[in-house]
Parts: sequence; structure tokens; C-alpha cells
Amino acid sequence: MSISLHTADVPRSLRPVHTRGDRIFRLGARGVGAFVLVLVGAIGLFLGAQLVPTLHRYGLHFFTENRWIPNRDIVGVSAAILGTVEVAVMALLIAFPLALATALYISEYAPPRLRNFLTLLVDLMAAVPSIVYGVWGYFQLQPYAKLISRWLAEYVGWFPLFQVPGGQPHSASWPKSNFVQSPFIASLVVSMMVVPLACAVMRNVFAQAPLHEREAAMALGATRWGVIRSVVLPFGRAGIVGGTMLGLGRALGETIAVLLILSTSYDLSIHPLHVNGVTLSSFIANGFNEATSGQLSALLAAGFVLFCMTLVVNTLAAMIVNRSRSGATTEI
Amino acid sequence: MTTIAPPAQRESAAHDVRGAHLDAVDVSAWFGTKKVLERVSLSMDPGVVTALIGPSGCGKSTFLRILNRMHESVPGAQLAGEVRLDGTDIYGPGSRLIDTRKQVGMVFQKPNPFPTMSIADNVAAGLRLTGTKVDRRARAEIVERCLSRAGLWSEVKDRLGDAGGALSGGQQQRLCIARALAVEPSVLLMDEPCSALDPSSTRRIEETIAELRYDVTIIIVTHNMQQAARVSQQCAFFLAEQGQPGGIVESGETDRIFGDPRDRRTADYVNGRFG
Repeated sequence: MSISLHTADVPRSLRPVHTRGDRIFRLGARGVGAFVLVLVGAIGLFLGAQLVPTLHRYGLHFFTENRWIPNRDIVGVSAAILGTVEVAVMALLIAFPLALATALYISEYAPPRLRNFLTLLVDLMAAVPSIVYGVWGYFQLQPYAKLISRWLAEYVGWFPLFQVPGGQPHSASWPKSNFVQSPFIASLVVSMMVVPLACAVMRNVFAQAPLHEREAAMALGATRWGVIRSVVLPFGRAGIVGGTMLGLGRALGETIAVLLILSTSYDLSIHPLHVNGVTLSSFIANGFNEATSGQLSALLAAGFVLFCMTLVVNTLAAMIVNRSRSGATTEI
Repeated sequence: MTTIAPPAQRESAAHDVRGAHLDAVDVSAWFGTKKVLERVSLSMDPGVVTALIGPSGCGKSTFLRILNRMHESVPGAQLAGEVRLDGTDIYGPGSRLIDTRKQVGMVFQKPNPFPTMSIADNVAAGLRLTGTKVDRRARAEIVERCLSRAGLWSEVKDRLGDAGGALSGGQQQRLCIARALAVEPSVLLMDEPCSALDPSSTRRIEETIAELRYDVTIIIVTHNMQQAARVSQQCAFFLAEQGQPGGIVESGETDRIFGDPRDRRTADYVNGRFG
């Protein structure tokens, strides 16, 4: 009769054996990952720390005051927050259908050879520096965009959002200067930067739509649009939302193109078609040179507000994309 | 090469036989430059279940996918020959792809319900996709009728709103059969419908096939010889020699193919000596 050596009925420790190379690589990878976290955390902390002197100096008026008058030391971000949201939301409204249609065309309709070329082109859009977009927007787009603004003001101007104060869109000699350098035109340009980002995410998700589900729809006699509607869009829903929100993060932070196009004013008004406006990033860039040290803190605190906005938006986007159907539920 | 006896029809004469006559004539197929099927001709009659048997890679699934124009959805896929559905070539200039697929339904190897749609929506998906307008009551009737015909109604009638992806594998496959039946096809293609299922689910599907036999012309690809013997009345044995495109070695009444095969290769295969 043999005697069992393992008499204790407790879980054994199962310790994997790592080679030296494994350990070094693991340490390195962990270090790089930690560095990224520390870096983002440090930026957040640095910006957040500026809130203390800012709130000390300006109080909660910092959030409610809309003006920026350095020599009278009046500083507030409400107009900038409003303008940021205004430009970002409009950019998204323009970019979303464009990105969705482009992604669908590339993944579902385009012949394979054209598909690669178009993907490259869209990715190239992301590589164009934003200053180039800004200049393009100012000189090439604006002369036409202001006509759209006028048309909108003329025909849907009864709706407050489309009003242009002092615009007189009906008159033959309409004051063109009221229709240029507006949040609307800035958002048009920003949308061009959002499209490739959102499109890339959507395209990737659409391409993962399971073949067996596509075939199921096709075998039932579905058209291509039917396959898209019944399989691709339901599967890619999270990618659509996530990609759009990732684009939103980009739109919130865009600086130089907005700075070039938007003529700065700190009015608390929502007239996107009307000249003037400000966003958080253009607010910071604008005020940087003339700021005293106390005002500099305020600008950095404004940066913290922007940092938090983009952080929330991007985190939400990542959560939505990660929670998407990874195919687990389609397996049997 | 293939001579089809008019089999099993004596038996079916007593039934009201619906379904269409499907006739493949000299069908060849390529993927890119590789030829995978060589001049396959087969006549498939209503009221008769046709089983396509043969080892892997012999082209039987390709042949099946040619019968409802799914073959051409693969990039680089080509074909020659004709497939006549009640006398009309489905690849002819007057035939629309979508109409063909509506008439020739398909059930796949892997159960593929739309996972986020409810059970009822899955069954009615074909109606929506083909733009068939039905009112709520008619839709509910169709859902019940098709689920009953697929042998699933009693199991799901209390949870029609649940997601199709939440069913077991065997139930999902019967849901797919119900979904295919909802567009009222005259032919139903089944590509190894039981290969991912357990024995009791397999038996359930085989019963379903037997029940549907007179309503719709059924063509089934199977690796399982016993299954072919159980469910089919006509059988076609496919084989691809090394490096050669596949083709039909022998076809005819299932009883004869299994009991008295004329070709030695058929005899070897049905007796389990290779494949």
C-alpha cells in the first residue's frame, strides 16, 4: 500500500517559472506602461494645481465670468467653455455622417483595390498638420462657407441658433464681415480633422462584422444595404459611438486652426454663424503672451478644464468600444 | 456521367408535393485560377431530399453555394454551366440575384442567427430584408408557423422576445431553419447543418428535414454517412483526386448508392474505407 505524500488537502501554489529574458521584458514593459500613466497623471496634477491660486484670486467667478480683460484683471472661462462645446458639437454633427458614410463605403461597397487606396487617403487626412487645415479653411473654404451661412440665416434664421445679429441676409448688400470667422466655419475645418479619426475606428469595427452573419443575411435575399442594416450596423454600433467620441476629444482640443479662423471675442452668445467666438484652447493660446503670472495660472486652470473634458470624453469612448460585442455572444 | 433514376417519387406521389425542380448542368467552378469543380450535372426533384456526400475538399459545399448564388460572393470566384430553377437559368440575364436567394434558402454549417435580434425578429428578418410588408398579426402567424415547421415553437413560444444568440446550438440551428422558411423558398440548401450539434439536436433536425420534404426541395451536404442514409432519397458522391477539381463519381437513389454502388471508389467511401 502506497502512502500519499500530499496529505494536506489545500490548494498548491502553482508558480510559473520565468526565464531571465522574460523577467527583463516584463519589467521593461511594465516600466513603459507606468511611465505613460505617471506622465498623464503629472500633467493633470500640474494643471490641477493651478486651480488653487486661480480660485484664490478670482473665486468661483472664474467659471462664471465670460470676459478676459488682462489689464483690469478680469478673467473667466464661461465663454470659452461654451464656445468649445459649440464648436466641438457642430464639428461632430458635420463629421459624423461623413465619417459613417465613408467608413461604410470603404468597408462595404468599394472594390478591394480602391479600398486600400481610399483607406490610405483618409489616413492621410489625419496626417495633415492642423495649421494647414487652418490656412485652407481661412482662404479656400471661408469664401464659400459664408455663402452657406448666409443661406442658413436667410431661410432658417427664424430659429435662434441660425440668427446672425446685424447680418441682414436678405439684403442684396449683406454685410459679409458678419458671416466670416465664425464658430461655424471653425467647426467645418475641425470636422475635417475629426473625420479620419472617427472613420478609422468605424471602418475597423465594420470590417470585423462576422462573415457568417453577413452570409445569413445574404442567403435570405438581402441587398447590400440590407446586410449593412441587419448585420454591420448592429455589430458596429459601439464602434460608431466610440469612434465619434474619440473624434469629439480631438475636436475639443483643436487649437491652431480655430485660432486662425475664429476672431476672438468673449461674448456669451450662441450664434454659430456669426463672426466671433472663443474656445478654451484658443483662449489659452490667445492670452498666453499678455498674461501676468496670476493670469497665467488662470490660463493653465482653463487648460485643466479642457484636460478634464477630453479625459472624460475619451474614457467614455474607450469604455464603449471595449464593451462592444467582441464576438463572444456569437459563438455557440 | 450522372444518371438519375426517377427515384422515390412513387412514394411521394401520394403527397401534395411543393418545392421546385433544380437542375445543374455542366457546372464548373474556380477560385481564382484554381479549378475546384469539373462539369457537375445533377437533377434535384421536389419531394426528394438530395444528399451530397464525399470527403473534405471535394467541392460539394462549393456546388451547394452555386445553387443559390452564394458562390460569387467570394472574391475571385467564377463558374461555368447552368443552374435551372424550374427551367430558368438562375445565372441568366433575366434572373436577379436577390430573387434567386429568396427562392433558394440556405442553412449553414455554423448556426448563425442574428445574435442581438430577438427570436421572433430573427424569424421575420428575411421578410424585412426583402422588403416584404406584413402587418403585425400576419407576422406573428408567420413566426409561429415557421418555428413550428422547424420544430422549435414549443421550446421558445414563451420567450419570443429573447435574443436569438441566447439559445443552445441546436435551437439556434432550428431557428435558422425557421428563418430560412419564412421567406417561403422553394428550395432549401443545408451545408452540414448538424456538424456542430450534439446527437439529440441532430436527430431533431433530421426529423425536421423529413417533415419539410414535401414542402420544399432539400439538398443537404453531410459528412455523416448514416445521416445521408437516414434523411435522403437521392445521393450524389463527390470526389476530388489529388490536385484535380472535384466532381460527381456516382449519383442515384440513396438505397442503391449505399447498398449496391457501381463505382469502387463509392463503395470504399460509403463503407468507410477512406475519407
